[in-house]
Amino acid sequence: MATIYLDNNATTRVDPAVFEEMRPFFCDLYGNPSSMHTFGGQVGHHLDTARERVAALLGAAAGEIVFTSCGTEGDSTAIRSALEAQPDKRHLVTTKVEHPAVLNLANHLVKKGYHLTLLGVDGDGMIDLDELRDAIRDDTALVSIMWANNETGTVFPVQEAGEIAKSRGALFHTDAVQAVGKIPMDVHQLPIDFLTLSGHKLHAPKGVGALYVRKGVPFRPFLVGGHQERGRRGGTENVPGIIGLGKACELAGENIEHENTRVRALRDRLERGLLATVPDTRLNGHPTDRLPNTVNLSFKFVEGEAILLLLDELGICASSGSACTSGSLEPSHVLRAMGVPFTYAHGSVRLSLSRFNTEEEIAFVVERLPGIIERLRSISPFTEEGDAWTGEG
Amino acid sequence: MWDYTDKVKEHFLNPKNVGKIEDADGVGEVGSLACGDALRLFIKVEDGRIVDARFQTFGCGSAIASSSALTEMVKGKTLDEALQITNKDIADYLGGLPKEKMHCSVMGREALEAAINNYRGIETPDQPLEGEVVCECFGVTDVQIRRAIEENDLKSVEDVTHYTKAGGGCERCLPDIEKILAEVRGAMETRAEREPPGPPARLTNLQRIQKVQQVIDEEIRPSLQADGGDLELVDVDGTKVYVSLRGTCSNCPSSQITLKSGVEARLREVVDPDIQVLEA
Ligand SMILES: Cc1ncc(COP(=O)(O)O)c(C=O)c1O
Ligand code: FES
Repeated sequence: MATIYLDNNATTRVDPAVFEEMRPFFCDLYGNPSSMHTFGGQVGHHLDTARERVAALLGAAAGEIVFTSCGTEGDSTAIRSALEAQPDKRHLVTTKVEHPAVLNLANHLVKKGYHLTLLGVDGDGMIDLDELRDAIRDDTALVSIMWANNETGTVFPVQEAGEIAKSRGALFHTDAVQAVGKIPMDVHQLPIDFLTLSGHKLHAPKGVGALYVRKGVPFRPFLVGGHQERGRRGGTENVPGIIGLGKACELAGENIEHENTRVRALRDRLERGLLATVPDTRLNGHPTDRLPNTVNLSFKFVEGEAILLLLDELGICASSGSACTSGSLEPSHVLRAMGVPFTYAHGSVRLSLSRFNTEEEIAFVVERLPGIIERLRSISPFTEEGDAWTGEG
Repeated sequence: MWDYTDKVKEHFLNPKNVGKIEDADGVGEVGSLACGDALRLFIKVEDGRIVDARFQTFGCGSAIASSSALTEMVKGKTLDEALQITNKDIADYLGGLPKEKMHCSVMGREALEAAINNYRGIETPDQPLEGEVVCECFGVTDVQIRRAIEENDLKSVEDVTHYTKAGGGCERCLPDIEKILAEVRGAMETRAEREPPGPPARLTNLQRIQKVQQVIDEEIRPSLQADGGDLELVDVDGTKVYVSLRGTCSNCPSSQITLKSGVEARLREVVDPDIQVLEA
């Protein structure tokens, strides 16, 4: 059975060209870039190239890129750095729909005595800029707003949000883990102080990422140690990973327009096909301001984990915001923040595409998923009588 | 990814007894859309015996599998026999459930009770069981929580959440759950103290042999093998365990010490305090 991988917001396939680029750095060019000898030193030049490639994709300068181990590290570094560099400012603003890498850290900081404002979202998962304006205080150290949401794909107005933050003297960070490689960007044209990205979401390997730190922004390292990354991040570099990230960014930059039209067309076909054939289905996320690769659908009266298990039987990989998939008992914090009704929230499925998906795969899913929903609805006690029995009494 | 047993997968992929019984004698409904799982159980009763059972379930893989298992288990049973089924029996029938999913088996047991009550003409109140609601988020009562703790020997608040869902939402009720847990555990322990360690704690001969074999295979042999030795279980006669030493152990002068201080001590500790280990 072939695997149909539609879970690219969770992680992506390493592009074979990325893998080839990395290969020599395991057994041949294994030197430490910090070494004095030529053998190690030459590796440093390759890191420079990688740094330039990452910078080019963002529209940044190479000196503004700090390599990290993952998106989570980038988020943590930016947020902690902003707070540490401005000790008199104790307030943080972010959204209710951030990835746990931001949200759990923010909640943790509250326990440490910081103040936190969480911005809500509307039914499409969109933030309200007026709410942001009202939230910022004189002691707001940082506003952190994700560029695109991992569950719904909703794209946030980072330019406007950044301008509001700057106008009030706060630093601005964006978790762009889901946006980099999918949305063309030019950070020098935007009011962004920190931007986090993660390699494994754009066809580089897991365990490597980067943080953009605008030149001139005060910075405090998260990992204090050696002088690597010009003292901004201690620890011997993950050389093969960084080389891979550089190549992945180069490929993303070369193909972003073309891929987005192609991937978007596939996604639209998937979305329209399913909305047209499966009754009682709703789209979660913004209808237009959305990542080109993501569609999140809720099927009324069925439960997400059951859908995933039946998709799995067909080799189709997807994910769900249902309570049961996470081991928690409540549906995803993103869907709840959006106010998705319970009749729908438990039955959400996220399908996220990449450049490796084909028309045949999409056609197969459009053909088979409706049958899965029908089958589960035929078992469900709710469907026949409409909403009459919700078990509420 | 959940680690579901093959039995769970089988009952999820090919659930038995799906659907309604139009002229059912008893119907039990538990759960809700808001909670993420709900089960409606139909039973047909003849001469005090359940002759048919069907279900409709909204929920995850293990909820559907638990429902399917439940219908298979109750068919042919008298009502009184059926009422003896615990959530643990349902989970066992499926070869076990991940502990985060035990609430699916609890839902099965509750639906069964509701269906039988319905047949017997006992009004099932809004809440599936009497008692006071402790967890507002999931509508769980203290009676349900107490029962889950007793039947499944739950030891932590987290376990209570896995089995009943109580506490899995806003967490406001966690202190109350903790109180109930402390109370029930306290009562269970005093009861255990009063009851002399009589028959229930004693193992049958077959259980003892299995237990001895398991300890020898999983703990003792690997550590002897690491030193080039080995040991084989030859016979178990009451509390006498006969073994033969192999490899470097067989001519090792300290092997008697190994037997007494190592093997015997361990078996006494985990299987039976009266065990004697002898060389065959
Ligand atoms: C929006 C967002 N931020 C942060 C992360 C964390 O990235 P990583 O897994 O590299 O730590 C993810 C990954 O799921 C993400 O989607
Ligand atoms: S009241 Fe129990 S989790 Fe909210």
